[in-house]
Amino acid sequence: MLGKRFSRMAVGTVAGVILMAAAACGGDTGGGTTASEAPAGESEGTLKVGLAFDIGGRGDKSFNDAAYAGLEKAKTELGAEIKELSPASDGSNRGDLLRQLADAGYNPIIGVGFAYGEDIKKTAEEYPDIQFAVVDSASNAPNVTGLLFAEEQGSYLAGVAAATKAESGHVGFVGGVENDLIKKFEAGFVAGVKSVKSDIKIDVKYLTPDGDFSGFKAPDKGKVAAEKMFQDGADIVYHAAGDSGLGVFQAAAAAKKKAIGVDSDQRQTVKESNLQSVIMTSMLKRVDVGVFEFIKAFQGGAKGGTNITYDLKVDGVGLATTGGEIDDIKDKLDAAKKDIVDGKITVPSKP
Amino acid sequence: MPAGLNRALFTVAGAAVAIVLAIAICSVAIVAAGADPLAAFAAFFDFGASARSQSNGIAAFLNRAVPLFIAGLAVAVGFRMNLFNIGVEGQYRLAAICAAYVGSTFTAPKPIQITVIILVAAVVGGLYALIPAVMKVTRGVNEVIATIMLNYIAINLTSYLVRGPFAGQRAEGELTTTTPDLPESAMFPNLNFFFDWFGVLPPTRGGGVWGFLLVAVVLGLVVWVVLERTRFGFDVKASGLNGPAALASGVNPKTMVIAAMVMSGAIAGLIGLPEILGDRGAFNSNFTPGLGFLGIAVALLGRNKPVGIAIAALLFAFLDRAQGALQIAEVPPSVITIIQGVIVLLVVVANEVTNRLALRLEERRAARQLGRNSPVEVGA
Repeated sequence: MLGKRFSRMAVGTVAGVILMAAAACGGDTGGGTTASEAPAGESEGTLKVGLAFDIGGRGDKSFNDAAYAGLEKAKTELGAEIKELSPASDGSNRGDLLRQLADAGYNPIIGVGFAYGEDIKKTAEEYPDIQFAVVDSASNAPNVTGLLFAEEQGSYLAGVAAATKAESGHVGFVGGVENDLIKKFEAGFVAGVKSVKSDIKIDVKYLTPDGDFSGFKAPDKGKVAAEKMFQDGADIVYHAAGDSGLGVFQAAAAAKKKAIGVDSDQRQTVKESNLQSVIMTSMLKRVDVGVFEFIKAFQGGAKGGTNITYDLKVDGVGLATTGGEIDDIKDKLDAAKKDIVDGKITVPSKP
Repeated sequence: MPAGLNRALFTVAGAAVAIVLAIAICSVAIVAAGADPLAAFAAFFDFGASARSQSNGIAAFLNRAVPLFIAGLAVAVGFRMNLFNIGVEGQYRLAAICAAYVGSTFTAPKPIQITVIILVAAVVGGLYALIPAVMKVTRGVNEVIATIMLNYIAINLTSYLVRGPFAGQRAEGELTTTTPDLPESAMFPNLNFFFDWFGVLPPTRGGGVWGFLLVAVVLGLVVWVVLERTRFGFDVKASGLNGPAALASGVNPKTMVIAAMVMSGAIAGLIGLPEILGDRGAFNSNFTPGLGFLGIAVALLGRNKPVGIAIAALLFAFLDRAQGALQIAEVPPSVITIIQGVIVLLVVVANEVTNRLALRLEERRAARQLGRNSPVEVGA
């Protein structure tokens, strides 16, 4: 018994000492190269674009991945050197990431998500020569561009599609977090639904209250909320809940009903094939367009300090047609879109 | 060799082996993730090329260590008494929002303003910890369950307070919720002058190195003195090691439970202040969560001793700082979490192994001396 434990200890110690030596050597050489090569590798005039995701960002098959798509497009079309960073799971280092990008010579730098508003402002003040952009938050410094989207307009179209397709006269909306941003989705969706049938029943459920952002990454909560709506007789549920939307799709698949995705064309981005078919359409929020256009404008010498709103007019929002399920009501949707673009319909941004 | 030194050597050796093993295990994980372990370890030491990025890196490292250290202290005070205060998480969040709100309602000279804010945080944290303590002594409710449940209440209560009663103005187009901004007199002076002494560029990150670092150091000293050099500290330790024996020697276990929990909660109340008084100037929805849970790992790693906790907090902060550097080196940053988890696990195992080893050596030494029929000196 004793001998066994001792031998185990000994093996552990020996292995450990060897590894420590290896790690020490490796650390030295590695550190030397990164420190000396990094500045040399920068050539003058190269477009270096940095992008920082929010918590749980990369891989959400939605909002953040759309931002990344825009970044990749900048790489292929504008020849930009790109770097994307994700924060720690507690989000304590958002400002650090921005500064590390700035220190590493990236310009412009994009923060994805409204949580970056505060940190972008501070970092922008510290690095006045670098241009910043923040998605979903307003510009708050002379070198910050706010990339905003008219989510209510896209959601209006989603509402029109849902109300037209829902035979039961009952639809639902699942919001991730009850804040002003997600309320814009709700307001547009409700207005769109009511424009088709004023007596239609709309269930609205927010997963978490304002300030508690776990609602964007709680598929279990999304599933429970959508299940309830489907059981109550809803035919179609629209979600604006980030990662939690996956739960909405699962509930729709189980109930053999339909769902509407958000931000990206989720029928394409969702991996599970049984979930793809339940996604009737998706309300596209072209974060990729916003990010790409910003980088392109930067290359052209544009300076920040203003907000750019991507609305229906510039196809900054819209509906995805993958799967062809809304092709039969295309005329109706186009008419609604035209009315909004022409200003005949003003979509409310508050419920 | 004296028994105490022997044991200390064992502890250090155990921790070193644990860290080395953790690096080995993580190397495997990094290779599995398709990255280069050497690049990963280099990234931990890569503070950037420019003077500014280096001082920013140092600031980020120290600023991360301060709340982790306080969190570790808070948890350790409970651990000393075998009280598992999981509620640090809820205690610090509730304390932080109350302190930020109270601090924003008045303006006083800096020392007074900051003292009041610190006191409010400590009192709120202590009072919130009093609830599970009272439940335990009056009804025997397990503090683990009570504090976990109270965490949920605190977390939801703070997110209600920040958007409701304690909500402040937010800028147009901003979606983060926040309490009213603290007046300038509430902001804790930073330690950037320290960089000037060495002729290094002062960091810009989040208002530089937070001055709350000094409060944390003083707090660590106070906790050490109270736990190691006072009657109260001895009572806490005795009650934790052997409740009935402590009772028999005149220590009231109920008083001790309440005192230790409230002390733990009061320290926990301070966890959020470095961030609020050093950088944010308000409690908002970007406030760092999860420090209470990390504090458990830090306390375990530091073996509930202030010095050990300081080392553990610095280690965790050092690893956390590399989040960005790792990604720039194309290594998934989740290796940090893996390293932290593995180190804690291995250190706990190593503690157990070294304890047994030391005990066995001690027994053998005692047996040898008994055989020689000379006086035996048994170390703790």
